[in-house]
Parts: sequence; structure tokens; C-alpha cells
Amino acid sequence: MAENYDIPAPKKRMLSLQLDPAKFEKATDEEKRQQDVMAESTTFFKDGMRRLMKNPLAVMSMIILALVILIMIFAPLIVPYSYEEIITVEGMRDRGAANLGPFEYSEMEQAYMAKYNTRIFPHIMGTDELCRDYFIRVVYGARVSLLVGVFASLMVLVIGTLYGAISGYAGGKTDLIMMRIVDIIYSLPDLLIIILLAVVFKETLDFSSVPVIGKLGTNMVSMFIVFGLLYWVGMARLVRGQILTIKQNEYVLAAKSMGASSSRIIRKHILPNCLSVIIISTAQQIPSAIFTESYLSFIGLGVALPMPSLGSLANAARSGMQSYPWKLVFPAVAIVLIVLAFNLIGDAMRDAFDPKLKK
Amino acid sequence: MAKYIVKRILLAVVSLFLICFITFFAMNAVPGGPFNGEKAKSAAVLEALNEKYGLNKPLPEQFINYMKNILHGDFGVSLTTNRDIAKTIGESFAVSAKLGGIAIIVALIFGVILGAIAALNRNKWPDHLIIFFVTLFTAMPSFVAASFLLLVFCIQLQIVPVWSVESQNYILPVIALSLSPMSYITRLTKTSMLDALGQDYVRTAKAKGVHPMKIIFVHTLRNALIPVITYVGPLTASILTGSLVVEKIFTIGGLGSKFVDSITKRDYTMIMGTTIFLATIMVLMNLVSDLVYKLVDPRIQLD
Repeated sequence: MAENYDIPAPKKRMLSLQLDPAKFEKATDEEKRQQDVMAESTTFFKDGMRRLMKNPLAVMSMIILALVILIMIFAPLIVPYSYEEIITVEGMRDRGAANLGPFEYSEMEQAYMAKYNTRIFPHIMGTDELCRDYFIRVVYGARVSLLVGVFASLMVLVIGTLYGAISGYAGGKTDLIMMRIVDIIYSLPDLLIIILLAVVFKETLDFSSVPVIGKLGTNMVSMFIVFGLLYWVGMARLVRGQILTIKQNEYVLAAKSMGASSSRIIRKHILPNCLSVIIISTAQQIPSAIFTESYLSFIGLGVALPMPSLGSLANAARSGMQSYPWKLVFPAVAIVLIVLAFNLIGDAMRDAFDPKLKK
Repeated sequence: MAKYIVKRILLAVVSLFLICFITFFAMNAVPGGPFNGEKAKSAAVLEALNEKYGLNKPLPEQFINYMKNILHGDFGVSLTTNRDIAKTIGESFAVSAKLGGIAIIVALIFGVILGAIAALNRNKWPDHLIIFFVTLFTAMPSFVAASFLLLVFCIQLQIVPVWSVESQNYILPVIALSLSPMSYITRLTKTSMLDALGQDYVRTAKAKGVHPMKIIFVHTLRNALIPVITYVGPLTASILTGSLVVEKIFTIGGLGSKFVDSITKRDYTMIMGTTIFLATIMVLMNLVSDLVYKLVDPRIQLD
């Protein structure tokens, strides 16, 4: 005990809490190093992505979606047919090319191939009743569905977030009135109103001269208008609720007391905390927009002919279902695959990005 | 509580009025009147007809008249068949209500049972199996499900006869309608059941030695069912909109196929009548399910 003289001896009182240094051991260097091992500093986004990548279902869905998108981009460049092109052989209309099965050739095409000893690009999914290549129509249909889904969700994102943020941040009377409007819109049956407005807009609006929209048709425009009018309310409610809770947190009060400006509080404290909910909700909005689009196309209120959509392809396939079931199977499987992938990614994002679900 | 009920009823009335407002002015925004038929009518005849149906009055006055008529159950006459719309709706709704009613009950019963099984066998094979199918079904639009069922069971296997006057087999349309809401209910029940299973009172009951069956049915399932109640409103809406296409696919002459037909035939008064009728049912079901929810769960705070 000789080396411990410089430390005062422990008190002998029974209930004393003073520690006895003699009972302690010095930490070795290795033990000290163990204390330093900490998780690498990470951002919110990186952390979420890391957790997302650990979810096998989400990774698989992302690969499937990436494949679908690659096919959508490159198939029109590779396949020598266009979605409205009626198949011709040597400039002659090929009347025998209607309703071919997958990878089948019509008689004229077979004759052509035998004559020149070449190969014609196969009809991967056969042809439809108007002698058009079905594969390229399904690809274009999926393109339309995906574009509608993404743009509609972006629109919902912008309108809903702005509205909800203003309402939540302003509070008071403004909030009350803005939220009453949301309540009323929320209770409207959306699909019925969409159908009604789609019918009306089809008769009253004319966009045929506008380049891209003209090709999609007034129905698509009316669908976007209706999405802009009706679907943002869910997002607005969500964002407002988030802002209300975040506003009451101590760290916002602390920031305020240290003299942070409103814009800094919004940028640094409120927005990053809302972000997860907004991202998740947008990801979950995409499949529901695709659903709505395919539903409207199915009852004949979707994109204008001859532009295909997965819903209108499925509807057209119903009439020949007995003889050509594959014409129903291909677009139907495409819808299910795309929506399933988005659903799974949406769920995985909720698990990965929602801080409340952290374990 | 009374304040909340009044608020909700007011909200429902406002949205119903708004629906009538939108439908009425949407109808009038469409070019062409109800008498622009195939046969051209002389100006005098048109004027007399407009006079008879009150179409020469200013729009706001027409709107008030339309509202008065609707409140008396008078939706006008169809433009294509000239039949009374209220009568047509009544007849075809009888079929749709039967189909939709069965589908709602099927979705609720199977959804709750499957959800409970999945929750009680968490992370075991029944859970994985149920969740796999449920995830698949939520990604399947009702028209895809209906077309596939028709293709497989009516056309390929010929087990179930195609819908006709003689053979009214509800099995396939009911399955097609209830698959996606059932999947949603399953997920909802599973989450709330897991939540209820983690509660302290369940542990207490287990510690006391209460029979496991009693814990499942009395302590957890009853509490797990509360969130399902709120879904009954949206469930009705989903079944009704789903039945628009499912009835069309199975060629059932219900309200849904009438509605879709009226769209393709541009029968405006019929579109308006059915929209208002369906919207009213949806709004009312939402109102009822929300009120019941608040009544059943005393933890819900009323603002």
C-alpha cells in the first residue's frame, strides 16, 4: 500500500459513498482503444439507405423496378416496331398478322424470311387484333402508367407539403379554416369525382394541339387536375400534424432562445424531421396513382387512343379472353409487378426512415 | 361528444351539398342539352321542351330546383332510355347491395381471422404465408383479379358457370371484390393485434393463468378490432368503386355496370344520378364508422 500515500485514505464511516481507489485497476491501452470504437458519424439519409439496403425484399423490388425502367427506355430503341404501327411486310399490309401468339410469325413474314434467308425481329408478346406488336404496346402502356404515377405523386407532394406547412406553421384561425377545407375535400369520394370530371373535361377541354399532353389526351390532363384538386389532402394533413408536434419540441425552443431565425428553424429543425414522413408518403402515393390510372383506363376514361395504357390494354383483351388469354396476362402481370415493387419499397422505406420504428 | 357528432354531421351535409353542386354544374358544363338527340328538333319544339323541364331559367334557379327534386328522390329521366333514374337506380342497387354486402362481410370475417392468425404465429410459417398472399393481393387491382378469376374458373376450368339470369353465382364476383379490402383488413388486424398482445393486461392475464383462448378472444381480439371499425367507411367506398368494374366484367346488371355504361353512352343525367347516390352512401358510411369508432374506444379524445 506504500504507493498510495498521496491519495487520502478512505473514510471508515459505514455509509460513506467515497470510493476506495485501491480497489480499481488501471485500464490497459487495448481497453482504452475499445472505448474509442464508436459508430461512424452518419447522416439521416445515409442511415436510412443503409437500413433499406439490408431489406432483401426492398433490394429485390428495386432491381425489378430498375429492370422495368431499363426495358421501358431501351425497348423502343431496339424493337423495330412502334406502338401504333400496323405490321407490314415489304411495304404490304400483313393481314395475317392479327392476334399472333408470343414469338409467332405470320405466313407473310415466314415467306419473307424463307425468301431472303433473314430473320425478322420476333413479336415477343405476339400481336393485337389490329396487327400491332403487342410487346411494344405493353412497354408504352407501362411507361404511361409509371409516368402518371410519378408525376401525380410529385404534384401531391408539392401541393400537400406547401399547404400543410403553411397551415401548421401559421396556426390559429388560418389553420382552422385551412383544415376545415381539407376535412371537406377528404370526405368527398375521390374516384367518383374523378370519373365525373374526366367525363366533363373530355367534352369541354381540348389539348390536341399541345405537344406531349395532346398525345396523352384530355383524360390524362383531367386526371392530373383532379389529382391536384383532391389527392393532396392526405399529405397536407400529415405534414401539418408533423409540424405541430415538432414545433413543440424542446430543441425548437432552445434554438429560438438562442436567437435562431424562423428560416433557420424551418430549414434545420422542422424540415429534416418531416422529411421521413414526406418521403414515405410520396413513395406510397405512386402505386395508388398507378392504380387510379389503370382503373380509369379500364373503364375507358384513360389515355387517348392509339396511345396504350396497361388498364386499356387489359380492357381490350377482355373481348378475346377465351382465344387469346396472353393478351390479358401480359398487361395484368405488368401492373401487378410494378405496383407490388412500389408497395414493397414503400413499406421498406417506412421501416428504414421512420425514426419512431427504430429498434 | 355531442359537439363532435354535430360537427361530423355538419361536415357530411356540407360534403354532400358540395357533391351535388359539383355534379350539377359539371353536368351543365358539358356541351349539348338533353334534347340534342338523333332527330333534329325545330326551335319551337326545343323551346317548349326547355319550358316544360324548366331549362330556360337561370342556372342558380335550376340548381335550386334540381336540389329540391333530389331531396324528393327525383333524379330526372335518363337521356338514352327515357326511364326514371330513381327507379333504375333502385332496381340495380338491389343487385349491387347484395353483392357488395356479401363482399363486405367476407372481407371483414376473413381479414380479421387471417390477421389474428398471422399475429398469433408471428414470424412462423402461417404468418409468412398470409403476409405473402396479402401483399400480392394489395398489388392487384380489382379488375385484374376479376378478369383472372373469370379466365381461370369460368373459361379454362369451367367449374363456375358464367353469370346469367338462370345461374347467379356470387362466388367469383365476391372474391374479386373482397380480395384487396380483405388484405388491408388482415394487415390492420395483425398490427393492432400485435399491439394488444404486448399490453400489460395481457401479461397480467397470462400470469393469472387465464385460458389462452380467453386471452385471445376477450383480451386481445376485442381491442384489436377497434381500428378495423374505422376502415368500414373506406371499405364501403372501395367495394362500391370496385363493383363498378367487377359487375361489368361478370356482366352483372347492377348499379356499377349501369354507371360505367352511362359513361360510355354519355348519358349525363344517369351519370349525375348514380354519382350522387353512390357518393351519399360513401359519405354516410364514413360518418357512421367514425362515430361508432369514437363510441367504442373511450381512449379517443374528442376535440
